[in-house]
Amino acid sequence: MTGEHGRWRRLRTNRDWLGFWFMLPAAAFLLLFLVYPLGLGIWLSFTDARIGSPGNWIGLENYEWIIGDAKFQTAVFFTLLYTLVASAFKFAIGLYLALLLNQAMPFKAIIRAVVLIPFIVPTVLSAIAFWWIFDPQFSVISWSLKKLGWIQGNINFLGDAWNARWSVIFANVWRGVPFIAISLLAGLQTLPPSLYEAATLDGATRWQMFRYVTYPLLTPIIAVVMTFSVLFTFTDFQLIKVLTNGGPAGSTELMATMSYNTAILGSRIGEGSAVSTAMVPFLLAAIMFSWFGLQRRKWQHGESND
Amino acid sequence: MAGVTLRQVRKSFGSTEVVHGVDVAIADGEFCVLVGPSGCGKSTLLRMIAGLENISAGEIRIGDRIVNQVHPKERDIAMVFQNYALYPHMTVAANMGFSLALRGETKALIAARVRTAAEILGLAPYLERYPRQLSGGQRQRVAMGRAIVRNPQVFLFDEPLSNLDAKLRVAMRTEIKELHQRLKTTTVYVTHDQIEAMTMADKIVVMHDGLVEQIGAPLELYDRPANRFVAGFIGSPAMNFLPARVNGGCISLSSGVDISLPIKAKLEANREVILGIRPEHLEIAADGFAAEVVVIEPTGSETQLFARVGGQEIVAVFRERHEFAPGQHVRLRPRADCAHFFDPSSGQRI
Ligand SMILES: Nc1ncnc2c1ncn2[C@@H]1O[C@H](COP(=O)(O)OP(=O)(O)O)[C@@H](O)[C@H]1O
Ligand SMILES: [Mg+2]
Repeated sequence: MTGEHGRWRRLRTNRDWLGFWFMLPAAAFLLLFLVYPLGLGIWLSFTDARIGSPGNWIGLENYEWIIGDAKFQTAVFFTLLYTLVASAFKFAIGLYLALLLNQAMPFKAIIRAVVLIPFIVPTVLSAIAFWWIFDPQFSVISWSLKKLGWIQGNINFLGDAWNARWSVIFANVWRGVPFIAISLLAGLQTLPPSLYEAATLDGATRWQMFRYVTYPLLTPIIAVVMTFSVLFTFTDFQLIKVLTNGGPAGSTELMATMSYNTAILGSRIGEGSAVSTAMVPFLLAAIMFSWFGLQRRKWQHGESND
Repeated sequence: MAGVTLRQVRKSFGSTEVVHGVDVAIADGEFCVLVGPSGCGKSTLLRMIAGLENISAGEIRIGDRIVNQVHPKERDIAMVFQNYALYPHMTVAANMGFSLALRGETKALIAARVRTAAEILGLAPYLERYPRQLSGGQRQRVAMGRAIVRNPQVFLFDEPLSNLDAKLRVAMRTEIKELHQRLKTTTVYVTHDQIEAMTMADKIVVMHDGLVEQIGAPLELYDRPANRFVAGFIGSPAMNFLPARVNGGCISLSSGVDISLPIKAKLEANREVILGIRPEHLEIAADGFAAEVVVIEPTGSETQLFARVGGQEIVAVFRERHEFAPGQHVRLRPRADCAHFFDPSSGQRI
């Protein structure tokens, strides 16, 4: 009885155990909300589960099936295209905007607030707005171009495979730019102005200042921001779901939407899980890539910069 | 190399003018120190010479050329910043060679110039390090190296030693002075520390509230300060100022104490004056005026005495050692040839 009591007290007060107790809530959270769903998803991908039936273990059958499936191949292709093209544009435009917003200019605060708008508006809402912009009949873009006399008939934005692909990429870029612009702007504002004064006296042109001072000093933050951006884009769902729902004919299907459509709407939970599990290696690769890119550069090591 | 000439230079930020018409002529090869309390416009003036701030009015010449409209990089000047402004992502060598690389010089030439500068500054072992891996003093040297490598017409320094600890500051002071003697490049050096100014300068420009108070060689400023501001700013501990009245053959302090001093012809009788005496020019003497000891601070090499003369605090410094006790009365006498007189209203030297 006393031994039991003593052990309990030790568990309560011992430093190592104390650490464990402090970790417990966070660990429970992680287990419950991250590890369990992920594990369940992976498990389901090895079964023939359907809605209403728990399913049996069928090994790699789901994977064999989706790999041979042209729809899956298209989804993988488009997910990669979507991620690469949209991220590249978001980076270029975001960096350009950040540099622009970092200049002294009138109405700076207002312009900065305006830039944030696409980020603030709920994705579904902006997707609906784009849906109108890309409407086959009432598209404001078609209307303007017609008024300018550049085109004769309406553009079929979302009805043609490649038009639809570029349109959703455009919408994704529009939505993703503010995050990158504002993050990079925050990074730019940490750079000491005296570095630019020194560079001016050293004879650097504006381009050289960007190339040899701004860009290298910004790389750590670019790596972080772009990692997030790539992950968000790769796993995008809402925009496609609302704008095209993967159509026409699956040409804008992303792996995320395909997984949902297969598992929930098509009720083939096993296959859908296999599709979403197939995203994991891509995401891991992206994370590994940025992990090495994110490693502290040599000039960041060492004691503090007082 | 070239001299620098400022003629009626003014600077306004918006509607506030912070530099009100400054005239300074710095000769070729001269070491000129701009000194003054914080906020008096020294950095602004230096940055106008560098071209980092535009000139609101007046004219700046480097050599024979008016540079008002000349881009900073065309002015052929190099600047050392207070926070050094080293590029954190470049090695010491790259930092020092950056300006040459931008000019498109060959790798071999850059390496040679960087090596020479590094040897002068004792930086040779650190060329491949990053600024973060250096001590404050080493970073300071890299900043100077970056300036030297370019072999400019004029060096500009903006409080380069104020981030260093006291001991290193003294050492770097000597080093910068030596460097100047070796390179003989015209130098404009900004500091708020009058000791730095006194020890390093060929010529000191004392500034106050955007105006030049006095220009001269260090000892000139010390011996003949043009006004009360310069008198109080140069010298440490600061000069004592005592309101007084010329009273026949002697000076009566407003507190009623009479001090016998040979009166210069220019002082008419009964005139109100401010008597200025440096602490080191007071001596203990039987015929001096009476003062009550308040605090005494022996530093080893000298003894500082804080005393009260009829209600007013004064400071005296003695090279020899004295045993005083607080409350004790001593008799102090100003050295006759070392008294300064200032007009009470204008503060100008009489
Ligand atoms: N960019 C600026 N905008 C407005 N006021 C400034 C600016 N730079 C300096 N000042 C003002 O000019 C005065 C002189 O500043 P400065 O030259 O930096 O003084 P210091 O002698 O300490 O170097 C100060 O009152 C400062 O507030
Ligand atoms: Mg300053």
